[in-house]
Amino acid sequence: MGTYKLTTPITEEDVRKLRVNDVVYITGTIVTARDQAHKRALQLHQEGKQLPISLDGLAVFHCGPIVRKEGDKWIIVAAGPTTSTRMDIFEDEFIKNFKARVIIGKGGMGKRTTDAMQKYGGVYGAFTGGAAVLAAKAIKNVKAVEWFDLGMPEALWILEAQEFGPLTVAIDSHGNNLFEEVRRKAEENRAAIYRKLGIQI
Amino acid sequence: MDLGETVEKTAINLLRLAVTELPKDVKDALRKAQREETSEAGRTQLKAILDNVELAEKTRTPMCQDTGTVIFYIKAGAEVKRLDEVENALRIATRKATVEVPLRPNAVDPLKQKNTGDNTGRNIPWVNWEIVPGSNLEITVLPKGGGSENVCTIGMLVPGEGIKGLKKFVIDALMKAGSKPCPPNILGVAIGGGADIAMKLAKKALLRPIDQPHPDPEIAELERELMEAANSTGIGPMGLGGKFTVLGVNFDYAVRHPASYPAAVAFNCWAARRATARIYQDGHVEYLTHRAR
Repeated sequence: MGTYKLTTPITEEDVRKLRVNDVVYITGTIVTARDQAHKRALQLHQEGKQLPISLDGLAVFHCGPIVRKEGDKWIIVAAGPTTSTRMDIFEDEFIKNFKARVIIGKGGMGKRTTDAMQKYGGVYGAFTGGAAVLAAKAIKNVKAVEWFDLGMPEALWILEAQEFGPLTVAIDSHGNNLFEEVRRKAEENRAAIYRKLGIQI
Repeated sequence: MDLGETVEKTAINLLRLAVTELPKDVKDALRKAQREETSEAGRTQLKAILDNVELAEKTRTPMCQDTGTVIFYIKAGAEVKRLDEVENALRIATRKATVEVPLRPNAVDPLKQKNTGDNTGRNIPWVNWEIVPGSNLEITVLPKGGGSENVCTIGMLVPGEGIKGLKKFVIDALMKAGSKPCPPNILGVAIGGGADIAMKLAKKALLRPIDQPHPDPEIAELERELMEAANSTGIGPMGLGGKFTVLGVNFDYAVRHPASYPAAVAFNCWAARRATARIYQDGHVEYLTHRAR
C-alpha cells in the first residue's frame, strides 16, 4: 500500500502503477460530472460533437458542489462526492471515449466500470463521503463552469486542485474492486452473525 | 415576544449550527472509532472525516455539501400562544438559511422535476408536532442527507418470528446498504404501530444522543446487540472495510396490530446533524445541543 501524488494530465502508465488500497492525491484539473452531465457528454459524443473541455488525462469527480459567486468569481463552498453507482450506466463509455484516468466518488462502482478501467486504463478513487470542506480546501480555483443550465449540482465545474485527497484506490486497472471484496467478505460473515443473533435460516 | 420572529431567528441559527458542527456525542463516537479502527483504509476514512469536521467547525462551513432535506421536530408547550405562526416562520427561516449559511437547494418538485431553489415547497420543510405541558417551545432540526435516506427500509414482518425476524431485517438492510449511506452510520430502528408509525419512530429515534442507551435495560441490550452484529459485518467506514460500520443503534417501538409486525430502519450518515433550541415564554433562547455563537 503506497501513497502517490499525481499531476494532470495523468497517463495510462501512471494509473497502471496503482493498486487497490493505495492512497492518491491529485494536483491539476478535476471536472465534476453527475448523472445529467454524463448523459449529455455521451449524447454529444454520439452526435460527433466536442465537449467543452477534453477530459483526456483528467480526473472526473462525481460531485454536486455548493458554489457561491463573489463578483464575477465562483467560490467552492463545499464539494463532497456523491454516490457513484448512479453513474455506472455511463462510465464505461465515458472512460472509453474521453480517456478520463481517475474517477472520484463515493460508494464504489460495478463490474461494467471495473472492466472498462482494466481495458482502457483507469482507477476509481474513493473520497470520503460528505468530507466536503476537506475537498473544498484542496480546490484552489474554479477555472470555468459549463452546462450551468443543468443546475448548480449537475453542471460541469472545471476545477484547479492542489493535492486533492486522500483518495483510496478502490478500483484499479487490474480488475480489483475493493468494495466488491469488502462486500464478499461481509457476505461470508453473514451466517456467523445470524447464528450469534439466534436467527435460523 | 413576537413568536414568529423569534422562531425564524432561532431556526436560522439551528440550521447553521446543525450543518456546520456535529453534536458532541457524534464527534466523540467518531474519535473513538478512529482510535480503535483496525483497518488502514478505515482509519484513512475516519481521519478524513474528523479533519473535515474540524475544518467545517472552524470555518463555519457546511460539513457536507448535501445539507439534506429540512425536517423539524417541535415540542410545543400547551400554553404557548400564536402557534399558528410557527410553520410559516420555519419556512421563511429555511429560505433565508439557504442563502445565508448557505445550504444546497435540495427541494425538487417530483412531478415537474424542477428544483424550487430555496429548500421549500409543498410539505417541505416537514414539521413534526408534539404538544407538551408548559409554556416553552422546543425546536429541533434534522437536516438529513439523501444518500442515507435512500437506504431507509420498511418491512411488514411475520409476527410469529418476533424479535429474531427484526434482527435479521436490520442486518439484511445494513448489508444491502453497504457503502451507500456513508458509514459509520447511526441506525434508528423501530417496530410496531403501522408502516408509517414504525418509520416515524425510527427516524425520531435518531434524535436521541448515541451515548444515551434506551432507559429500558432490555431495549438497551437489544441496541448493544444490534450494534455489535452490525460491526461484525466488516463493511467499515465508507464501505472500504473495517470494524466501524455503525456508531450507534437507537430503538423505539409502538404496540402493534395482532396481524402486523411493521419494522423500520432509518439510516443516518456519519454527518448525523441535529440541533435543538428551547424558546422560553419571555423570548429567551437556550441552545441545547450546541454552544450558541
